[in-house]
Amino acid sequence: MKRRIALLTAIVMVFVMVLSACGGTAGGGGTLPVNVGSDPDTIDPALNSAVDGATLIIHAFEGLYTLDKNGVPVPAQAKEVKISDDGTVYTFTLRDGLKWSDGKALTANDFVYSWNRAIDPETAADYEYMFEVIDGYDEGKLNVTAPDDKTLVVTLKNRVPYFLELTAFPTFFPVRQDIVEKYGDAWATKADTYIGNGPYKITDWVPGSHITMTKNKNYWNYKELGMENIKFVLMDDPGAQLTAFKQGEILFTDDLPTDEIDAWRDKPEFNLHGQLGTYYVSFNTQKEYLNNPLVRKALTLAIDREFIVREIGKAGQVPAGAFVPIGLSDADPTKEFRDVGGDYYDPYDYEGNLEKARQALAEAGYPNGQGLPTFEYLYNSESTGHKLIGEALQDMWSKIGVKVNLQSQEWATFLNTRKNGDYDIARNGWLGDYNDPISFLDMWITGSGNNDAQWSNTEYDALISQIKTETDTARRFELMHKAEDIIFDEWMLCPIYYYVDIFLLSQKVQNFWSSPLGYKYFMYATVKE
Amino acid sequence: MGRYIAKRVIMAIFTIWLVATITFFLMFLVPGGPFLAEKSPSAATLEALNRKYGLDKPVIVQYKNYMLNLLKGEFGESIKQRGRTVGDIISTGFKVSAKVGGIAILVSVLIGVPLGCIAALNRGKWLDNLIMVIATFGIAVPSFVLSTVLMIIFSVWLNLLPTYGLSSWRHYIMPVIALSFYPTAYISRLMRTSMLDVLGQDYMRTAKAKGLSQFKTLFKHALRNAILPVVTYLGPLIAYTLTGSFIIEKIFTVPGLGNEFISSITGRDYTMIMGTTIFLATLIIIMNLLVDIAYKIIDPRIKFK
Repeated sequence: MKRRIALLTAIVMVFVMVLSACGGTAGGGGTLPVNVGSDPDTIDPALNSAVDGATLIIHAFEGLYTLDKNGVPVPAQAKEVKISDDGTVYTFTLRDGLKWSDGKALTANDFVYSWNRAIDPETAADYEYMFEVIDGYDEGKLNVTAPDDKTLVVTLKNRVPYFLELTAFPTFFPVRQDIVEKYGDAWATKADTYIGNGPYKITDWVPGSHITMTKNKNYWNYKELGMENIKFVLMDDPGAQLTAFKQGEILFTDDLPTDEIDAWRDKPEFNLHGQLGTYYVSFNTQKEYLNNPLVRKALTLAIDREFIVREIGKAGQVPAGAFVPIGLSDADPTKEFRDVGGDYYDPYDYEGNLEKARQALAEAGYPNGQGLPTFEYLYNSESTGHKLIGEALQDMWSKIGVKVNLQSQEWATFLNTRKNGDYDIARNGWLGDYNDPISFLDMWITGSGNNDAQWSNTEYDALISQIKTETDTARRFELMHKAEDIIFDEWMLCPIYYYVDIFLLSQKVQNFWSSPLGYKYFMYATVKE
Repeated sequence: MGRYIAKRVIMAIFTIWLVATITFFLMFLVPGGPFLAEKSPSAATLEALNRKYGLDKPVIVQYKNYMLNLLKGEFGESIKQRGRTVGDIISTGFKVSAKVGGIAILVSVLIGVPLGCIAALNRGKWLDNLIMVIATFGIAVPSFVLSTVLMIIFSVWLNLLPTYGLSSWRHYIMPVIALSFYPTAYISRLMRTSMLDVLGQDYMRTAKAKGLSQFKTLFKHALRNAILPVVTYLGPLIAYTLTGSFIIEKIFTVPGLGNEFISSITGRDYTMIMGTTIFLATLIIIMNLLVDIAYKIIDPRIKFK
């Protein structure tokens, strides 16, 4: 008898653990299930730097302004703004009766606290530099004041044409001082303490599974909101996401396996939007041979970008002829920066470029690549796309006699190697933070943390600091074009394509929009049955 | 037996310390850090972050601090998932993984053991061949292939089962099948081999000669002896299965612990790497100890030394 019981020990051991009940909730009526990404690292508005995190945050919080369907900043928590003649003093008036999701009143002081919290080194926010346009940033105390509960006065260092847009950016959202101080970083990890001022509030949060948000009764525009609940399913696997989408278990998915793109391209659910970003190749400008602009020019021109986009990217990416991507406005907001600046080479004229590449190489003293060593092309191993592009580049560069070996590294190692400049040529990519070209130019100043090319050009550095203090908009854009000209006088980097944002949206969903930064707006969306 | 267990516990603590120490130093030898991204934070922010998590101190000082905290039972805060403690992440994830994994282990034992026995008793016949073909298939097919195929068949074609989450019993079916297929196959093969071995023993012939029923010979004499290799296998199997599978949890969006093992390493989330490693090591050691004790109970001839 004793033995028989003993025989089952192992099984019983397991049984005990299993018997903790299988609880569960079923989705109720009026829920919009979507997938914008997997488990976010953080959804603290100040700390987040991810696009999927930002989508969650814009539903639970709101800035002074927000972006409408056309990407134009419109009043949100602020009712109106007065801008001084020199464009440096913004006086915002908040809406009447603003409240947090727990019913407490929201005041202008909440913004003063939150913005200063974001730049506090103790907060260690990735995007704290976005506040550098505000006076007092360098001293660590922003020149932002609240003369009364409904007025916020912001003094900028110079005129910043995109400042209203910045106020729609998550880092500029208000957070609750009492809660942040009481719970520390943990405040943004639980539904109970995640108090916001946005259209929705979190009601159910299972890390790794889902975040369910429900309409916030205290939101000023509550009546206009869409579905009762939005369920953000935190899926990670693109294949599983697609299956769930096909089954109607989610009505939106932000990711699509590359090999499925062709099959979906012509379906009405398939959406393709421009995204402010460029896929490019970094040259280590400090390395011998690669420190020669003519060699870099030859490598840049010898690429068949149409082939890469068509055969590897497959998602409608746009072959790039410059670094600042399409989709950014110029001084005249009806014109695009890219159209005004034009391309630095024709990305569609592969044969012509190839000829120019050969000439440049000969001019550099390496006709047909003779005398050049074998370079190493570094990419990160997580995505097959990077590898395929590396192989395509290897093949294309071999046509001008330049030999390249491919080397892959795991993501974190890759980032470290690239940042430290321990490479010859490396894949790279950049997504803009706001609709202003400075977001793409600032990073190339000497010693910048994102200057993977290890490039240094005193004329360029001077130009960037001039842009940052320039008050005349037309002149400012002129200088930015000039800065980009220098990048291509030097052929400092090699653009491949401009990013696009692809996603699948069910035909049932109406009144949804996506911003050029890739944020998804579901708050006014409805589901047609 | 008490002394034996005490000795094993002391050994276990030493092993865990060794695992923790080796992991700690290896972890810092790997290039990269938790704060690097395509878009790097500014130098000032990096410095603040390093200071916040004590990463600005020499590795040996960090080691000392970590070990002191560990003695107090503190795993610290996750570096990547800001605001969440390692202990909290592990306990939340483990509850889910253990539930799915526990069911999967139960299923594999309850199916694998009888299948192995049936195969052994029908050695060389078509039933044996069929079971072994299925078992070989189960061992050869990787779980991600199986998961995807299951999803296509049951969710897409037949529209019977949901694709993500764990909100009802139906949600458990596919992850459990995917998780238990390999161990079921493995256990049935193991069971078959050792059963065949036991069936050929003299005492089996004696039992039969004495006129015992086939049922009694099988369950009283054969199974007891034949199951030992399976029990050995169960130790590590339980530890690994309860802590979740990276791939299966990813495919079925199961909010378990499996994902944390891999993502903590790729994200260089140092405190999470340490926490998950120590947790898994401890679990394996405990399971092995329990297996040894179960051994003794099943086969009294085994002596603890």
